[in-house]
Order: sequence, then structure tokens, then C-alpha cells
Amino acid sequence: MEDGVKKFLYVNRKAPYGTIYALEALEVVLIGAAFDQDVSLAFLDDGVFQLTKAQDTKEIGVKNFSPTFRALGDYEVTKLYVEKESLDERGLTADDLQEITYEDEDDDWAEKPSIIIVSRSEMADVMAGQDVILSF
Amino acid sequence: MSYEVDGQEIATDEEGYITDLSDWTPELAEVIAKAEGVEMTDEHWAVVNFLRDYYEEYQIAPAVRVLIKSIKKSMGPEVGNNKYMYELFPYGPAKQACKIAGLPKPTGCV
Amino acid sequence: MATLHTVNKSPFETQALLSCLGHTKAGDTVLLIEDGVYGAVGNTALADAVAGLGGAVTLAVLAPDLKARGIDEGRLMDGVKTVDYAGFVELAAEHDRTQAWL
Repeated sequence: MEDGVKKFLYVNRKAPYGTIYALEALEVVLIGAAFDQDVSLAFLDDGVFQLTKAQDTKEIGVKNFSPTFRALGDYEVTKLYVEKESLDERGLTADDLQEITYEDEDDDWAEKPSIIIVSRSEMADVMAGQDVILSF
Repeated sequence: MSYEVDGQEIATDEEGYITDLSDWTPELAEVIAKAEGVEMTDEHWAVVNFLRDYYEEYQIAPAVRVLIKSIKKSMGPEVGNNKYMYELFPYGPAKQACKIAGLPKPTGCV
Repeated sequence: MATLHTVNKSPFETQALLSCLGHTKAGDTVLLIEDGVYGAVGNTALADAVAGLGGAVTLAVLAPDLKARGIDEGRLMDGVKTVDYAGFVELAAEHDRTQAWL
């Protein structure tokens, strides 16, 4: 790990449109990406709803920010941990989530998946391995 | 503040970003560019079009370093570098080009 | 490498406490603050889930928030520790990171 680089985890536990948490989290991630830290995102509980496919907010008059998750790779945010149990509890599978990829600069720009499905105990390990945890 | 295209008044915020993104037309882009003191060339248009495509796909205007990196990848290093981009858009490629492209100010820009 | 978890919502309103308890590791502390303190009371529908931590995790409550809600310390589950504001600060300093469960 380079000097001064810390591990930051943004924890997302809320559904996308009922409250402002999800959008605020995403904006903080995009702004924070300028600081060249080791950033990961965690999606658990209702947070997994943020990543579902086919969101269309036209008729509720708010911005659909789900496409913005696909831009995270450009910001070198390439680790999106999604909790399997949270998906299961909500009747979702990995196939219900949109595809999010990044281009690996160190591997001839090969396109790789950003979403990493983890168990609850693996998620606990991810959390325990961080320097800073920001909750939304 | 507002712009005028074909006798139509286009509303903007206090910094000159248009408030209704659907108001944008290439003619409006020329008007905004003129107000910014920018003479639109093919290179300017390439950047503006890139920004509009990026916004269409991801619903955000990219941060300047993301913009330059992407332009470098798609159009080569002679266009995709800091110096050249600032020559095209002296007040900042993200900020000023977004304004001309009819997009909101990039997230994280102050 | 322990974490201080804070929970500030009643477990009867949100899943935050249960979710938090599902992600703790041995040596962690869960500090209940604001409406979270209702989760430390014994003889509730949730007491079993909380008690199931089995001692690997320390459960603490912020005393001023208990007092404000008229909850006598005698009504807390066994083994729950009470701390004041200075104790909160000490906990934050003793742990490697703090994670808020909103």
C-alpha cells in the first residue's frame, strides 16, 4: 500500500429513491474519488435495491442515478461488494443487478466486473479490513 | 442571466448553465460559446459531443481528469492532455465545456 | 483491530441493529445511542437476538439517552454496559474504526 493511501468503505443500506441517502452517497464517492484513496462500496440490506436493472424514474420526477454506478470505473472505483443474504432476503439474484464493469489499466484495459457478491460473514471481513467507514 | 436563440429566451442559473437541459441545441451551444469568448472548432465540438454522450450514458458530467483520460483514449494524446484542453477551454475543460454542452456543472466542481 | 458500531434507531422501527449484529466480529463494541437505546432493554421481542451475541461483542448504551427516555438501568439486559459522553469518546479512541448503522 502506498504511503498515505487509506482504505475507505462507503456502506449503502438504503433503497434509492425514498430518501436522499443513496444519491448523496454516490455524490460523495465521486467527489472523494479525486483524493486517490483505496475506495470500495458495500451494498447490503435495502442498499442492494440501488443496483437493480431497469430503473425508470421519469414518472416520479426524480433523477434516475442508477446509470451513474456504471461510471465509477472511470473514477477508479472498481470494488462494489454486494451481500448475498441481502439479495436472497429480497427475492433478488445477481442477475437482477445491472452489469457494472471497469477497464483494468494494468491488464491491457481488459473489461472486468466491478460487482463482487459476498456472504454476510465475508462482508463483515471487508468492513473489518477498512481504515475508514462512511455510512449512508 | 439568459441566452437568446432565434428570438427565444433560454433560462440559465446565475453562472450561465442552462436550467432545462432539453433546451439545448447546437445553435444554443454556439451562442453560449460566444458569450464565453470561445470560437467553436471541430476539436471543441468533439469535446462537447463527448460530454453530451457521457451524460446521456451515465447521467453525470465527468470530472475533468476523467474527461481528459477518456478523450485521450478515444481521440489520442495530442487532444487528450491537460494543456491542449485548457487551450480549447481556458476556464476549464469540464466547467466551460459542460456549460456549452448544456450540462450541469460537473459533480465536485466549485 | 476492533470496530465500534453505533446504532441510533429503535430496533422496532428499522433493521439497523439486527443488521449490525450480523456484521460484528469478536472484540467489537455495539454502542446504542438516541432511539437505539430501546434495543438494550430486556424482556422485549428482540432481547433474544441481542442476547445471542454470546459475549463476543460488548453491548453498551449511552446513559443520557436512556435517562432522557425514562429507562431505568435495571431494565437493561444482563451484561449491557452504560457509558456517558466521555465514555463514548473513550470507546471511539480505543477501537480501530467507527461504523455508524443509520
